[in-house]
Amino acid sequence: MFPTPIQQTSKFTQISYRVALPATIILWLLPLAAVLMTSVRSIADINAGNYWGLPEEWMLVENYTAVFANTNMARYLLNSVIITVPVMIASVALATLAGFSLAKYRFRGRIALFATFIGGNFVPFQILMIPVRDLTIQLGLYDSVWALIIFHTAFQTGFCTLFMRNFIIDLPDELLESCRLEGASEWKIFTRIIVPLVRPALAALAVLIFTFVWNDYFWALVLVQSDEVRPVTAGISALRGQWLASWQLISAGSIVAALPPVILFFAMQKHFIAGLTLGATKG
Amino acid sequence: MTLKKLLAATAVSTLMMTGAQAGTLVINSNQSDPAPKAAWGELIADFEAANPDIDVQVNEYDHEGYKSAIRNWLVTSPPDIVFWFAGNRMKYFVDRGLLEPVTDVWENNNMYQNFGSTRASMTVDDEQYGVPATYYQWGMYYNADIFEQYGLEEPQTWEEFIEVCETLKANGVTPITIGTKFLWTAAGWFDYLNLRTNGLDFHIDLMDGKVPYTDERVRQTFANWRELIDGGYFLENHASYSWQEAQAPLLNGDAAMYLMGNFLTPSFPEGSNYDFFQFPQIDPSVGMFEDAPTDTVHIPSRAKNKADAKRFLAYVAQADVQTQLNLGLNQLPPNAQAEAGDNKFLVQGLEMLSEADGTAQFYDRDTDPAMAKEGMKGFQEFMVNPDRLDRILENLEKVRQRVFR
Amino acid sequence: MTTQLKTNALSAVAKAQRPTAASRWHTLTPYLFLLPALALFAVYVIAPIFQSIWISFFEWDGIGDKTFIGLGNYAELLEDPQFWTSLWNNVLWLVFFMLAVPIGLGVALFLNQQVLGIRAVKSLFFFPFVISQVIVGVVFSWFYDPSYGLLQRFLGFFGVDPIPILASETLVTYGIIAAGLWPQIAYTMILYLTGLNNLNPDQIEAARMDGAHGWTMLWKVIIPQLRPATFIAMVVTVIGALRSFDLVATMTSGGPWGSSSVLAFFMYEQAIFSYRMGYGAAIATVLFLIMLVYIGFFLWRMLRAERG
Repeated sequence: MFPTPIQQTSKFTQISYRVALPATIILWLLPLAAVLMTSVRSIADINAGNYWGLPEEWMLVENYTAVFANTNMARYLLNSVIITVPVMIASVALATLAGFSLAKYRFRGRIALFATFIGGNFVPFQILMIPVRDLTIQLGLYDSVWALIIFHTAFQTGFCTLFMRNFIIDLPDELLESCRLEGASEWKIFTRIIVPLVRPALAALAVLIFTFVWNDYFWALVLVQSDEVRPVTAGISALRGQWLASWQLISAGSIVAALPPVILFFAMQKHFIAGLTLGATKG
Repeated sequence: MTLKKLLAATAVSTLMMTGAQAGTLVINSNQSDPAPKAAWGELIADFEAANPDIDVQVNEYDHEGYKSAIRNWLVTSPPDIVFWFAGNRMKYFVDRGLLEPVTDVWENNNMYQNFGSTRASMTVDDEQYGVPATYYQWGMYYNADIFEQYGLEEPQTWEEFIEVCETLKANGVTPITIGTKFLWTAAGWFDYLNLRTNGLDFHIDLMDGKVPYTDERVRQTFANWRELIDGGYFLENHASYSWQEAQAPLLNGDAAMYLMGNFLTPSFPEGSNYDFFQFPQIDPSVGMFEDAPTDTVHIPSRAKNKADAKRFLAYVAQADVQTQLNLGLNQLPPNAQAEAGDNKFLVQGLEMLSEADGTAQFYDRDTDPAMAKEGMKGFQEFMVNPDRLDRILENLEKVRQRVFR
Repeated sequence: MTTQLKTNALSAVAKAQRPTAASRWHTLTPYLFLLPALALFAVYVIAPIFQSIWISFFEWDGIGDKTFIGLGNYAELLEDPQFWTSLWNNVLWLVFFMLAVPIGLGVALFLNQQVLGIRAVKSLFFFPFVISQVIVGVVFSWFYDPSYGLLQRFLGFFGVDPIPILASETLVTYGIIAAGLWPQIAYTMILYLTGLNNLNPDQIEAARMDGAHGWTMLWKVIIPQLRPATFIAMVVTVIGALRSFDLVATMTSGGPWGSSSVLAFFMYEQAIFSYRMGYGAAIATVLFLIMLVYIGFFLWRMLRAERG
């Protein structure tokens, strides 16, 4: 509706719009395009300043093989998966329980607890560093995947709870009441009624959490440090030191590291955006 | 957790009662780069072969991450052997009771004789706390072809050095390459300028926080440094580059000299003509002191298998073992009976260090970590904005007063 | 499982004869549902906030004993030039990161058309947001690199000498913020696109009848209707600005000489590299107090909406 649909404007505007659209998208993605092209060049090409022409020699296979053959990239990717997937499942599960409770029961401290989740969710998480690191060390979990899994689950639970509560509160109360009248237990109501109804929200949340946790760098620096557990974000920045000015390898490595969330995003776009924009229309 | 500890404790005591039985020796290593990893791997394999009753388990860590991680293990559940650094870095843990004295290892293995040059850096209150495994020299690496082209000789004195820089600059060659993005390269320059200007005793006093940074003698060091900065001898935009990125101008002939540690030399391509000279003398009345960072092995005081750990330390101290290890590392063996590799950089380095009037470890190993962080930032800022010297020194002095309170 | 059995059994019993027990279980149920999430969240998020504040009153190197020094760390902060630099950079982040909101709106308006392939264009526009900040940092470091970088090629084209943006104390923070804006604009754009989808067509038609168009229309009719989207966009941008760490860490490590540091990075550096836990905790507390202003505002608005 707004701005005026392009079809109703002058021929000139229409043509300029159709030209401007691809132009802006190219400009917008220029840094990425450059990285993509750099990742298939040879170092000689880069040193000679050939940025935009076709590569003198195509190093696609060589560069991408080098990334996997000479480094722990495969291990880093696997670590990221090992960390991200459990967090995704656990935080969404915990938050669905909590969200249901906050949305559909009236009890003392309900608002205060909800506010706690929101507030905790918004803190600059770096301020938690010293105590969380200490706690992790004392639990003997430092430098293990569990250190990251537990922390991320806890932290993401805040966001997920906020999200789930807002979703569940819109479900009709009558549904729950009629079940209660038929004698269903609260747990049964949760598993049989709530869980199936929140399925779309579950998907949206899962995609979001995957992206957040996959892209985490701070905690990967603070809670783990050996190659066996280090996720891909920390791995790639360590590799940068090793590869010196080999920008073709750094580029190829970055592309590999970025791929999983990008693929997930394009596959689940609708859910992803639905998750992110919750609250952009009301509230 | 407690059960595990209990079991481990029982295992250790049984071991002690029955003498040597198969024990596990856990080693945490920061030597994760390919060459050092291979050299240490070989040493450990030989050690295991020589001691079939010991089963070694190695955990490898990245060099930087190790520095903060070690603090956690030492207090919680340490391995039996840790890799670390001599001097102040070691003393920090010794003062907190986290490292085991190994004076008996020194006594039983004739180490006082063979490790004369590093003994002081391993000693706190007359006790030794570890065994040095390897060290390396710092100095000026240069492109000999460029020197030849402009008829230059290795400079011995400050005046000659300035002259060399001047000639190079006049011919469009960057005299000195450096990349200060990660700060410590600038500390190398500070160390050498201060050692040459004021000598080792003063330098160590400064590192120990006993002298103010605003001292006139420190200012003299910076005045010498400034001569090079004002001459425009350092690589432009050096704050943008890491030490590796700053190699590029040296390797492609745009720059002639690099003040660096010997770990630079594997980057020189096969058949290229690079050479080494000692950092020139500034004041003839001051001795020739060098930076020679020493890497060491230690036993945490809470280690479980100290008996086998001591056997490992004694093994690392052996002359033939040190020879072999340092060939692999391309560094120098601290044991005077061991032989150094015969490439021209190691030969010159060994000669230089054996004639040195004394050695320091390196700025960030010799002083407190909090001081080092601020100090190195100050050096970088000075190299870009020498006019801010007063403000920089005042700030460093404030940090010194706080850190060494 | 146990909960289920218990509630089942109890509700059965309760239905038969004892309504009081049932109501007791009824009051407990919401807490039971809440418990796992709350426990984890309390231990790992809420408690550490208070622990951080507590630690900030001590001098502590992380392994030795803690020494109580009262407000000593805060007194030192006031005199530490690095603190003021970092705080100032956080202010710059808060101010310039906000550009993501109007620019995001601009892009959303530009893309809010029904033409062939617009869906693909929208997702391409959005996708920098999906990429890790570490990679954004790597990409932009390369972009700014004085000897290899794209930007320098571009400047060279106009005969300008290379500008080492990330090594210049005056430009470096802006350089990093620019890198941060790239994914952030994508985020605000998507929020606004969703907002635009939910505009009330009647109001727009009515305004058109009254002769409003272009800027007047945007300012008087559209933007007021987009208020929820603007609110969320501002909240996420403020949070992003205060959390800025990844880009600083990957692009400059706070350099040159600490001039691009922000509070989050300053704290990390003090705690991890200088082993000053108490001092680091004091920095964290300051960061938290700044955020508290925004959290307070957000909660207040949220609760008002709940009640109203």
